[in-house]
Amino acid sequence: MADNIASAGTSANGDLEGHGAAALYTDPRGLGATIWSWITTVDHKRIGIMYGTAALFFLLIGGIEALLMRIQLAVPENDFVGAETFNQLFTMHGTTMIFLVAMPMAVAFFNYIVPLQIGARDVAFPRLNALSFWIFLFGGLYLNSSFLFGAAPNASWVAYANLTSTQFSPGPNVDFWVIGLSIVGVSSLIGAINFITTIINLRAPGLTLMRLPLFTWMTFVTSWILATAIPVIAVALIFLAADRFFGTNFFVPIAGGDPILWQHLFWIFGHPEVYILILPSFGIISDVIPTFSRKPLFGYPVVVYAGILIGFIGWGVWSHHMFTSGLGPIADSFFVASTMIIAIPTGVKIFNWIGTMWGGSLRFTTAMLFAVGLVAIFTVGGLSGIMHASAPVDLQQHDSYFVVAHFHYTIVGGAMVGLFAGFYYWYPKVTGRLMSETLGKWHFWTFIIGFNLTFFPMHFAGLFGMPRRVFTYPAELGVSGYNMASTIGAFIFGLSSLLFIINLVRSCYKGVAAGANPWGAPSLEWSTSSPPPHYNFAEIPLVSSREPMWAAGALMDSHAPAEEPVMPSPSIWPILTALGINLTWILVMTRIWWVPLIGLALTAVFIYSWAFQPAFRD
Amino acid sequence: MIDGGGSLSRHGQRFLNLISILALPLALALAGCGQEYPQSTIDPASSDFGPAIQDLYITVFWWTMLILAIVWTVLAYVLLRFRARPGGPEPKQTRGHLGLEIGWTAGAAIVVVLITIPTIRTVFRTQAAASADALVVEVIGHQWWWEFRYPEQGVVTANELHLPVGQQVDLRMWSADVIHSFWVPRLGGKRDLNPLVRDPDGSPAINRLTFTVSEPGIYMGQCAEFCGSAHGLMGLRVVAESDAEFEAWVQGMSASTEPDSGSLAAQGRDVFMRSTCIACHAIEGTNARGALGPSLTRFGNRTTLGAGLLEKTSDNLMAWIRNPAQFKPGVKMPGVAQEGGGFPATGLTDEQVEAVAAYLSGLE
Repeated sequence: MADNIASAGTSANGDLEGHGAAALYTDPRGLGATIWSWITTVDHKRIGIMYGTAALFFLLIGGIEALLMRIQLAVPENDFVGAETFNQLFTMHGTTMIFLVAMPMAVAFFNYIVPLQIGARDVAFPRLNALSFWIFLFGGLYLNSSFLFGAAPNASWVAYANLTSTQFSPGPNVDFWVIGLSIVGVSSLIGAINFITTIINLRAPGLTLMRLPLFTWMTFVTSWILATAIPVIAVALIFLAADRFFGTNFFVPIAGGDPILWQHLFWIFGHPEVYILILPSFGIISDVIPTFSRKPLFGYPVVVYAGILIGFIGWGVWSHHMFTSGLGPIADSFFVASTMIIAIPTGVKIFNWIGTMWGGSLRFTTAMLFAVGLVAIFTVGGLSGIMHASAPVDLQQHDSYFVVAHFHYTIVGGAMVGLFAGFYYWYPKVTGRLMSETLGKWHFWTFIIGFNLTFFPMHFAGLFGMPRRVFTYPAELGVSGYNMASTIGAFIFGLSSLLFIINLVRSCYKGVAAGANPWGAPSLEWSTSSPPPHYNFAEIPLVSSREPMWAAGALMDSHAPAEEPVMPSPSIWPILTALGINLTWILVMTRIWWVPLIGLALTAVFIYSWAFQPAFRD
Repeated sequence: MIDGGGSLSRHGQRFLNLISILALPLALALAGCGQEYPQSTIDPASSDFGPAIQDLYITVFWWTMLILAIVWTVLAYVLLRFRARPGGPEPKQTRGHLGLEIGWTAGAAIVVVLITIPTIRTVFRTQAAASADALVVEVIGHQWWWEFRYPEQGVVTANELHLPVGQQVDLRMWSADVIHSFWVPRLGGKRDLNPLVRDPDGSPAINRLTFTVSEPGIYMGQCAEFCGSAHGLMGLRVVAESDAEFEAWVQGMSASTEPDSGSLAAQGRDVFMRSTCIACHAIEGTNARGALGPSLTRFGNRTTLGAGLLEKTSDNLMAWIRNPAQFKPGVKMPGVAQEGGGFPATGLTDEQVEAVAAYLSGLE
């Protein structure tokens, strides 16, 4: 097998000169033509790159919001930003990091990697894929445009009713939030359906479900959760929009509406959402760890079933976010038990990753460091989760900084760290060049220091009684030291992320040429050249094992195809349809009933034109 | 031993670095040990509710620490032991082990059961119904202050909750506007104040907290559910006192002190009763019967003003009356030159402000 890896690593080294990233992604006719080719593209790889770039852009915004908050909280009774600005900052930080960073960054990998891992030439619905991206991008920009009007959402990312009613939030702030999320939700739903269809239908011959790479498996599970959870938040958002724009009273207690209903709807979506964030990263490291241990994944079926089980049980735990809302002891006990149960498959995954490394030959590339980092850090976040899964304990910890520490250990220390591993792991596939390992290791270690210094002290701030979502705190609380430590940590974290961005950009030009399979990895995406040609594979591969590239006689797909594969044609209608859908929603803000119909009419025209444009043209 | 003497020390050094990085936050925590933590959740020996939670927390804490120790130890061992070595053999291609899978699944399940059982017992214990002779207090949340009503005593007060030590209390809680959460960490856990869907009598939206305070003292608390612009400034105090002190306090709350005629305080009373103050504030025994803002009965006995925001000094009180929004963004009270809460600016002169402050401070 060692010979195989060696030959795989060298056989495609000449590819970069053949069709490097620059040549592949620019149009020889000039800048205008290049831009046109990107906005009309239906190529899953280009869409993946755009998703990733947009998510990094929003990461920058969300990060700046976090740093501003940390400056405000560095010392007690600070007046760096006022209460109102602070409320906008934490609302937008949460909303941005979840809906505009973590989710689309995972979707970037779904897009680029999944078709390659299953030996397909594109996703099932390429134009729908483009639509999904453009809706997301415009929705995210619209949401952030609220800052330009000084009216960014300010009711927290969970937007609990009835604070969001027009009585208590009369400004346009919550309008931006409810419309922005509705738009972004449409995008997620479209994407989920696309990936479910793709993974079911477009797998290469011989690639049975139980031979799928774990990342594709987790994409599949995540897509199912998205497809079923997004409709729940959609219902909640439509109720809220109706309350705000059309005067209904779903959440208005004085008229008989029930604010607690919002909490149920939000968390029935919101807890599966947590697994939407973490499962892709579990998938990534389940691919990364075997590669750098030179061993197949330990307990493959158990890891797959654990992921599926998490997806299912994730639906039955939502009220653990509501232990303080007064559901009574019976409901509390049920949700204690269901939440405890979900810890079991999660723990089993951790043990299987360690089992994979046991007896292996571990190579600590940056990708592997981040994968191991996830195992170590996520365990901390998972265990503090068990603490507040215990309902009475949660009565103290709920809505305190302890919870803030907990979910940053899972979402940053879990989801984000896994995505970092994914960046270092698949970057050579996308660009044909390796990211700098030196800068990468600087990034990793400064991240470890900055991350832990930011979020570990928050456990103590919470245990000593600091509630979350407060714009300031009195000195007598005794938590000033922890807050100062968090602020210093946040800036180290910020600098560390800057190293990452520098590495991403610099390696594009200066990185070492990677070849088709620089890591000696086992899955199909490494059989084609780096970056892959627009048709991905000259020949659709025939798969006969779980680790096709480790099988004896694995063939590289680096020759020219016998005849040019017919690929779906570019189309302008997805981006225009996305504009139409966005416009429709934005016009709802006018509160005049017929105005949004203008947007709807435009959308109808675009969809009509789309429908009559052939997907394949000569 | 691990992989040759030279690299062992290098790896050992790295391992030590890792440990010191992880220990840094702990050192930070210890450095703060000499400090007072008036809102600490892990020092709640002042009621029966707090220690019930604390005991459970300690149980869960040690179970999770045990799991963390196992995972990190095995992980550290694996990372050191199985590093790639030049010329090392190809690893054995194992694919799993059924016994191990069953073992760690069962192990995790057992720990989970051992945590769940005491948890559910505590859930029921801490939510048991109050006894019939418990002191009933209605806790009503407002943006951004607290109203406390004692229906059996006929007393209404704000922001400082007086409770007798050693007697069970039955807090019945709801909100007049948006959701708030009552949290006094040293007395126990928090509970949300939900807006009433229908009338207060028998509304299912009313939440309860039942506990017995065991030590006299003043306990800090604050709202724990985000409730709008001044959420961070919605503090409260619990004044736990002996039965006799509590009885005396209740007696005092049913009447008000009259300022001496001709005094500054008497002028302040006249200003107060003729201005918009009485549209929102009530003072027992006077014509001030407003219900939109905090009751000011016996305001002179309070230790803080603005819902635990400022120490109650006469300078702070005058500054507050002049411009409360300066201290509390979004406050629904007008200042001398600023409108607030839908009310026009009060237009009080400096002398009038001083007089009103003297009147309120004198309500002891």
